[in-house]
Amino acid sequence: MGLILIHNARLCDPHGDRLNEGSLLVDGATIAAIDPAAPPPDAERIDAAGQIVAPGIIDLGVFKTDKPAFHFGGITRAALMPDTSPVLDEPGLVQHAGRGGKPDFWVHPLAAATRDLAGKDLAEIAMMKAAGARGVATGRHAIADAGVMLRVMRYAAMLDLVVVTHAEDRGLTAGAIATEGETSARLGLPAAPACAEAIAVARDIALARASGARVHFRLVSTAEGFALIRAAKAEGLPVTCGTSPAYLFLNDAAVSDFRTFARLSPPLRSESDRQATIAAVADGTVDVITSSHDPRGPEDKRLPFEDAAPGMAGAETLLALSLNLVREGKLTLPALMRLLAANPARLLGLDAGQLRGGAPADLIFIDPDVPWRVDSRKMAAAAGNTPFDGLPVQGRVRRVMKGGVFY
Amino acid sequence: MTDSSPFPHRHLLGISGLQPHEIRYLLDEAEHWVTLNRAAGRKHDDRLAGLTQINAFFENSTRTLLSFEIAGKRLGADVINMHAAQSSVKKGETLIDTAVTLNAMRADVIVIRHQASGAVQLIADKVDCPVLNAGDGRHEHPTQALLDALTIRTRKGSVHGQIVTICGDILHSRVARSNMLCLTALGAQVRVVAPPTLMPPDVERYKVTPYNDFNAALRDADVVMMLRLQNERMDGAFIPSAREFHALYGLTPERLALAKPDALVMHPGPMNRGVEIVSAVADHPERSAITQQVEMGVAMRMACMDVLTRKARGIAGWA
Repeated sequence: MGLILIHNARLCDPHGDRLNEGSLLVDGATIAAIDPAAPPPDAERIDAAGQIVAPGIIDLGVFKTDKPAFHFGGITRAALMPDTSPVLDEPGLVQHAGRGGKPDFWVHPLAAATRDLAGKDLAEIAMMKAAGARGVATGRHAIADAGVMLRVMRYAAMLDLVVVTHAEDRGLTAGAIATEGETSARLGLPAAPACAEAIAVARDIALARASGARVHFRLVSTAEGFALIRAAKAEGLPVTCGTSPAYLFLNDAAVSDFRTFARLSPPLRSESDRQATIAAVADGTVDVITSSHDPRGPEDKRLPFEDAAPGMAGAETLLALSLNLVREGKLTLPALMRLLAANPARLLGLDAGQLRGGAPADLIFIDPDVPWRVDSRKMAAAAGNTPFDGLPVQGRVRRVMKGGVFY
Repeated sequence: MTDSSPFPHRHLLGISGLQPHEIRYLLDEAEHWVTLNRAAGRKHDDRLAGLTQINAFFENSTRTLLSFEIAGKRLGADVINMHAAQSSVKKGETLIDTAVTLNAMRADVIVIRHQASGAVQLIADKVDCPVLNAGDGRHEHPTQALLDALTIRTRKGSVHGQIVTICGDILHSRVARSNMLCLTALGAQVRVVAPPTLMPPDVERYKVTPYNDFNAALRDADVVMMLRLQNERMDGAFIPSAREFHALYGLTPERLALAKPDALVMHPGPMNRGVEIVSAVADHPERSAITQQVEMGVAMRMACMDVLTRKARGIAGWA
């Protein structure tokens, strides 16, 4: 691999405050320099034609290594949830999962916090870390037993691994598939009150305080949940949270007509909670926006609502939908890339998600304004289960470089 | 071309989506069948002769299934009952596959009961013939609400202006949901009564008045509709015991005395005698309309099946 000079680019440094017109020199698999004063004459020159050049998206918490969808979405790395079959609760499985996408895509497995994600016995977290795990996750559900969760956190704190947790109280949400409210009442769907989230968040903040562990709430979706996290951050606790475009741009009315593509976990919330999610992104309470990519075919989705599996294919729409936040003035583009790349990298302990000399050359070329329409029948993902089907969106990734190579 | 018939719907999936005049049309149509059913001797009207009616019941039912079967047979349809217990559903076939299979057998009308909310709509979207919802999860049970409205109208002259008190497990009840929609659409004042553990949140959005106190809700009521309390909810999960439920929400003669002197007592059945209702009330010759509800049920279902198959039968004005 030689030298590549990307010029005529609008560079998006997640730690900057604006886009800078300039160039970027790639040497092998790493970024050699930003705006090199004297670019080497033998470097291959790539004209970015004024497109935005940003770090590749790092998606914290996906359920499948779905390379075509990630490639479409400009996602160059993803933290894989342990809810695979078999569950990532053993070093060999973690090592295997970590090799899943190379060379053009890197998977960073999250180790199951408990054996078989059963919420009882600690899994071999230290050995899984040695095998490549970049964090510990409770999976699709919270650990019901606070005693087990405290031990998971203490153990993870010793290893300096982030604990990725699901913020829904198990008792309140047992059997529930929707948020209590007008829609669930009208449709007759078993529902849990939105405070199921705040109860789980409050508990795990208290346990983070007791254990010193870094805790990341993967998907937060309610005003009450964000208020607790805001307060914990003000207190100085190592608590972070994420959300996904579904909670930013949809409310529970999307499940009307029993649309199973809108069956998510946590379930879609009220309009006021949706507004609170946008506010939490704008004020910095939210650290990460994830696709929570979970492609599900008809065998999981063409079922009665309560029998359908939760989850959405989100990788392809992650960037385009998130760009709405920039267009609406909630975030600058560099700030958005902090949520999509720099912050996930920091939480996972990766030297990626940045635009500076020495960082890995994982780059995406973004055309931020090009219009396209989400079409569940024509998606690159393993399945087209998107609740945004038919929505016109703007912005897409034109080129992806992973480790200095264009794919 | 817009459908200008008095009932421009392909299926009957719920009361939701029906206009008051469409509900009244179905009730009017049922009157005719009440008369026919009461006639001594032969009860046949063979307008559905040659049509195949499949009753696909994925959830156990005796009375509703029987009611739909009798309704179909009186109209002359070839009625086939499919019980989930003896179907390939048990072998893991998906609901969509079942729907496609029923459709390929060229059913002319399909009646479905399913334990999941929304399941009937899922099937309706996949078949070419009219689908009647005979109860889906906690969602809707439209023919029950219609027959209840018909019973009230028959006994009271009108649904409009009546104070109807619905008591029991409102949260899990599709009968309550459909009745709240139907009776309010027809102009009744509806009160719903349940302990907070069995009351849906924001129930006021149905334009009904919620009560926890049964006695207060009974005051001046014209109709008292009791719901069945499912056995699995009596074990402490939602209410402490059947005994305590009866103490707070059981309909006794003393409680009934709080309602209007001519108040009507209704129950969709099957009843838990001694739990939500005592025999002295359930069997009261003047006040109880419970057996009349069963009678109206057959007529109401005949009307629904007649109306929904008119387009396929080429009846003028129903293209």
